[in-house]
Amino acid sequence: MPPWLTQLLYLVAAVLFIVGLKRLNTPATARRGNLISGAGMLVAIFVTLLDLGQVNYTVIIGGVVVGSALGLTAALSVQMTAMPQMVALLNGFGGGASMLVGAAEFLRLYQAGEEIATPTVTVMQLSLIIGAVTLSGSLIAFAKLQELMTGRPITYAGQQFVNGLLFLVLVGLAGWQVVTEVPLIGPFYGVVALALVLGVLLVMPIGGADMPVVISLLNSYSGVAAAMTGFVINNEVLIIAGALVGSAGVILSQLMCKAMNRSLANVLFGAFGAVVTAGKKSAEGLTVKSITAEDFAIQLAYAQKVIVVPGYGMAVAQAQHQARELADLIEKRGGAVKYAIHPVAGRMPGHMNVLLAEANVPYDKLYDMDEVNDEFADTDVCLVIGANDVVNPASRTDTSSPIYGMPILNADRARMCVVFKRSMAAGFAGVENELFYRDKTWMLFGDAKASLSKLISEVKQV
Amino acid sequence: MSTEALIIAIVIFTLSTFLGVELIGRVPPTLHTPLMSGANAVSGITIVGALIIAAGDRGWISTYLGFVAIVFAMMNVAGGYAVTDRMLAMFKTKETEKKQ
Repeated sequence: MPPWLTQLLYLVAAVLFIVGLKRLNTPATARRGNLISGAGMLVAIFVTLLDLGQVNYTVIIGGVVVGSALGLTAALSVQMTAMPQMVALLNGFGGGASMLVGAAEFLRLYQAGEEIATPTVTVMQLSLIIGAVTLSGSLIAFAKLQELMTGRPITYAGQQFVNGLLFLVLVGLAGWQVVTEVPLIGPFYGVVALALVLGVLLVMPIGGADMPVVISLLNSYSGVAAAMTGFVINNEVLIIAGALVGSAGVILSQLMCKAMNRSLANVLFGAFGAVVTAGKKSAEGLTVKSITAEDFAIQLAYAQKVIVVPGYGMAVAQAQHQARELADLIEKRGGAVKYAIHPVAGRMPGHMNVLLAEANVPYDKLYDMDEVNDEFADTDVCLVIGANDVVNPASRTDTSSPIYGMPILNADRARMCVVFKRSMAAGFAGVENELFYRDKTWMLFGDAKASLSKLISEVKQV
Repeated sequence: MSTEALIIAIVIFTLSTFLGVELIGRVPPTLHTPLMSGANAVSGITIVGALIIAAGDRGWISTYLGFVAIVFAMMNVAGGYAVTDRMLAMFKTKETEKKQ
């Protein structure tokens, strides 16, 4: 295949990625957008194979079959609640692939004893470092969300100093490789090893509640790593697609930080949720009121305006189907039900939207925080299902609270607020929630799914 | 890589970065998860690099590392697109639900 044709077809692939991502912007066109982007990927793969000509097909077909089988099996069997860690895992492997490509290219030139041009060796170091950080960082994010290790931040004295020092040594080794004339194997191994360690250390101190931001950022890294690989092997489609993902990930991370009213630096280095701080107002001496499903069913059956505030607890209990069933029941009785979605509810932006979509809740019934927040005041009943930090009024008033300043859903302003909760444990951010002690709040203790099922059968009998 | 080639690559990288910002800027929160997952699938484009490394006549180290890179990248590509499609297939309005 002539080089110009290869380039032209790569351009087609790049355009398909751009159009595909653009269509992911609205729910109505999103699915087709994803398919268009997938078509771009197929074009890129086939053009590459055609361009290579006579090659070792055993390796290629073997790799493609094994990789696709593993990826598809995971993708088709994963539960919707586990989506954040799934994305983290897949993303890690993407970063790992970029790292391996950079490593293979380096080792080839090293073995040949060739001098590597300065620009090439520089981008090679970048693809190694960013790829390795993405790989190990994503695996730690996966382990935290899958609860293979604690979701709380892991911190120790001088942590920032250690990380900073490690980073400097890493930059030093990479710099050594860049200025030296012949490739050096020692610094190469050093760079890969230290970058892998750095990925682990950077994600360790970040709490589970902040994991969405981290995954989005790691997603951005894997894009940049792919772009750097594109520099190494001089391939435009890698650079374009990698840069698109790189900036998309950063923008998405920023959107999430903005929703929490925190800076990216605070998320990455703040060790948010490390200690259980009660803030100024301690929960001691305050009591909560609990309500039974039977009593609550009567209130709910005659409610006109109902707002459901879902959170990660709903995901854990797999209670989204029961939530919808209850909502249908209320609507059949003449009430109106809306779902209020906090931008960082769950462990991934839009996590709740996906879960409720799975339960066949039409997406036009889901309302963003800004759209629905003024309506709580004339809402009869607000159901807080497994949400905690996103409805904590302390963020409005208590300057000593770690979540002070985070915009919240005004669940406390509803005429009646019922919180579905397993126990009185603090939320993911480790903060005591004032809402539970308010006059208009009742607690419905137990598994959210069981409580909702009970409510459904009780409301039917009213 | 020559200096000119590097400059052209930097130009492409920079413009694509700005394009990415424009593309993502106004996405509703509803679609943040599928978008993240869809963008993640695109980052599997590194499969192109993996194929070139593994298939080219570059010695056994490249072939071995390239093979592992293909497996990793294909997991990212196949898994990423499949999981995104699964999520988006569930997004319905009242109207589309009635049609079905």
